[in-house]
Amino acid sequence: MSTETTGWTTPADATVPLVDRLHGWVTTVDHKRLGILYILYALFFLVVGGIEATLLRIQLIRPHNAFLSPEVFNQLFTMHGTTMIFFVAMPLVFGFANYLVPLMIGARDMAFPRLNAFSFWMTAFGGFVLYFSVVGGYGLYGMATAPDVGWFAYAPLTAKTFSPGHSTDFWTLSLLVSGVGSIGTAVNLITTIICLRCPGMTLGKMPLLAWLNLAMAVLVVLAVSPLTAAQLMLVVDRYLGGHFFDTQAGGSAVLWMHFFWVFGHPEVYVLVIPAFAFASEIIPVFSRKAIFGYPVMVAATLAICFISMSVWAHHMFTVGMTSLSNTFFVLSTMAIAVPTGIKIFNWLATMWGGKISFRTPMLFSTAFLFQFLTAGLTGVMLSSAPFNWQLSGSYFVVAHFHYVIVGGILFMAFAAFYYWFPKVSGRMYDERLGKLHFWLFTIGFHLTFDCMHVPGLLGMPRRIYTYEPGRGWDVWNLLVTVGVLFQGVAVLIFVANLILSYLRGPLAGSDPWDAWTLEWSTSSPPPEYNFAVLPVVRSRRPLWDLKHPEDPDWKYE
Amino acid sequence: MSTPSETVKEADGELRWELPARGPVGMYCLIAAEAAIFVIFVVAYLFYVGKSVSGPTPSILSLPLFISLCLLSSSLSIHLAVGALKRGRPASFLAYWVLTLLLGAIFLAGTAREWRHLIYEEGLRIDTNLFGTTYYSLVGLHALHVTVGLLLIGTVAVFTFLRKVQQEHAGHVEVLSLYWHFVDAVWVVVFTVVYVIGR
Repeated sequence: MSTETTGWTTPADATVPLVDRLHGWVTTVDHKRLGILYILYALFFLVVGGIEATLLRIQLIRPHNAFLSPEVFNQLFTMHGTTMIFFVAMPLVFGFANYLVPLMIGARDMAFPRLNAFSFWMTAFGGFVLYFSVVGGYGLYGMATAPDVGWFAYAPLTAKTFSPGHSTDFWTLSLLVSGVGSIGTAVNLITTIICLRCPGMTLGKMPLLAWLNLAMAVLVVLAVSPLTAAQLMLVVDRYLGGHFFDTQAGGSAVLWMHFFWVFGHPEVYVLVIPAFAFASEIIPVFSRKAIFGYPVMVAATLAICFISMSVWAHHMFTVGMTSLSNTFFVLSTMAIAVPTGIKIFNWLATMWGGKISFRTPMLFSTAFLFQFLTAGLTGVMLSSAPFNWQLSGSYFVVAHFHYVIVGGILFMAFAAFYYWFPKVSGRMYDERLGKLHFWLFTIGFHLTFDCMHVPGLLGMPRRIYTYEPGRGWDVWNLLVTVGVLFQGVAVLIFVANLILSYLRGPLAGSDPWDAWTLEWSTSSPPPEYNFAVLPVVRSRRPLWDLKHPEDPDWKYE
Repeated sequence: MSTPSETVKEADGELRWELPARGPVGMYCLIAAEAAIFVIFVVAYLFYVGKSVSGPTPSILSLPLFISLCLLSSSLSIHLAVGALKRGRPASFLAYWVLTLLLGAIFLAGTAREWRHLIYEEGLRIDTNLFGTTYYSLVGLHALHVTVGLLLIGTVAVFTFLRKVQQEHAGHVEVLSLYWHFVDAVWVVVFTVVYVIGR
């Protein structure tokens, strides 16, 4: 392995005082360091949001439990949802995109490095503002309160009358601030991918990860902006006495729902498309085959992007829309399953006949395929308006979207962690701990979220802080909570694996997986400038061409 | 521009590799995001037209034709300014640039005058009714963008007076002009929605 790196783990670092090293991290504009900051930030909040979920589940472990008060329960599910979406999932997505996209397209940094740093610190500040509500909600003199309006904060709950104090203001401002950061990063990613690709990398030769992150960034620009606009309106209502969502003055609560879900549903695809991106890089490498149907994968992604902008009101079937609107949103929601299904078939076809090696990243990817399919199927069930009328607002819906976010997105995020850990840290993770993490987490996941569907079907509403015994919900809730234990232990093992491997793992070398994309052509960790000489590519798998000059890809593409 | 090379050309001439400059692409993305924000405010305005339960209605508005004309002309003047800088004529750049600044300032002053009239003579404030809320939010959001644009244009003007703006900065200045064209285009929509359809 090349030792002339100027990365962040060189022995030279040891002589630099800690304060200077920290100063280096705070003032950095390097896309790799910012990527790492995003990811560490997300991991921190993953633990925070996980603890909140654990507390919620302890409260629901048996009927008439008095572990949490109803008020605290409301605050915890609001904070859990907001934290997990905005301060875990989004920073994870942006962190990986930041780190990987410039490396994979053969660039030396993002298009706007300082905007990149600005965006990260805005996101970081957003999380701080959200949690500052715990001490700042009613001022510092005691009555600490977190936001308690739910993560989609339906009007008129957010009106001054129903949310006195400042807890809702902290929620609004936190999303406003982090939204600015998200838009900044998205603008940066799009510009980087369009303007900084290395010579020879036409759009048709870009790694799928770059393509999918381009699609994700476009969705962020189109979807997070409406949320920002809606939050501005809420600020006008709360601070300037406006009437946007004030039903007393003719304002409409339903308009907030539309504005929120115009953001909220594309947001699901903002989070899941990067998960697709990881799968499209990891599955081929561990199947030892090129991705099946590259152009179709790109087309399906763009189709998902396009359709995802017109499915939002399937969150609102129970509100009472016209039957024309209902029909439209039923059909568009069912239609989006088609390109998604195409992707699943493509990943399966990539594995088919391949020489599959089930290392930890591949284990997580395989589980992702199965679980994401299941999540998609309950999604198609819920897209049918009459079925939705029955189950909207029940634990069935909670189980469905956790199946997407945990079973799909988080599983692929874990796969990505293990796959790129050697590149980022320069060291190999511990395979045994990785496999233990996988099996414990998979068992815990299925225990929790498979079982969660049943009380939903039996009529258990979401967001209730306790329930009556004897409705058939008791055993299921117990099992759901037991599953959390497995997941918690698994995440601890994961974090321990990261720390121990970073400190003591064997050196990984620049290309431990015998992979094909450009990030594996530079040292691990990559030097600050990424590539001493800008690479020139001729196919979708430049490293394959390099390793197999007798049979290069560009002859066939 | 003091940027990393946006154009890579192989020495042997086999591969010519040129990609778009990052400035305009970044600005177009920002414009897309801003447009999405304006769409939401426009939708809210149209959705609430005629739904106020009390207070003044949009019929109190009068067409701001003169200031609209000023703002739209400023698009032409900034275009001419950028063209002058590209051709290396700093004096004519400065003249057109200051003209743009003036036209924008007239627009902003006109808006201020209109708001003063609405607040003190018609009794319409942002908390009066739905019309007030949506009107001041939409027109105010646009005015905020004009203000930001004027601050940026003013900064460039100061640097021009200090003789710091040269022909090689035409790319930067052009990115700013894209933003200004967007602000003008938004006004066409706001004008149509608020003063033509909504009245």
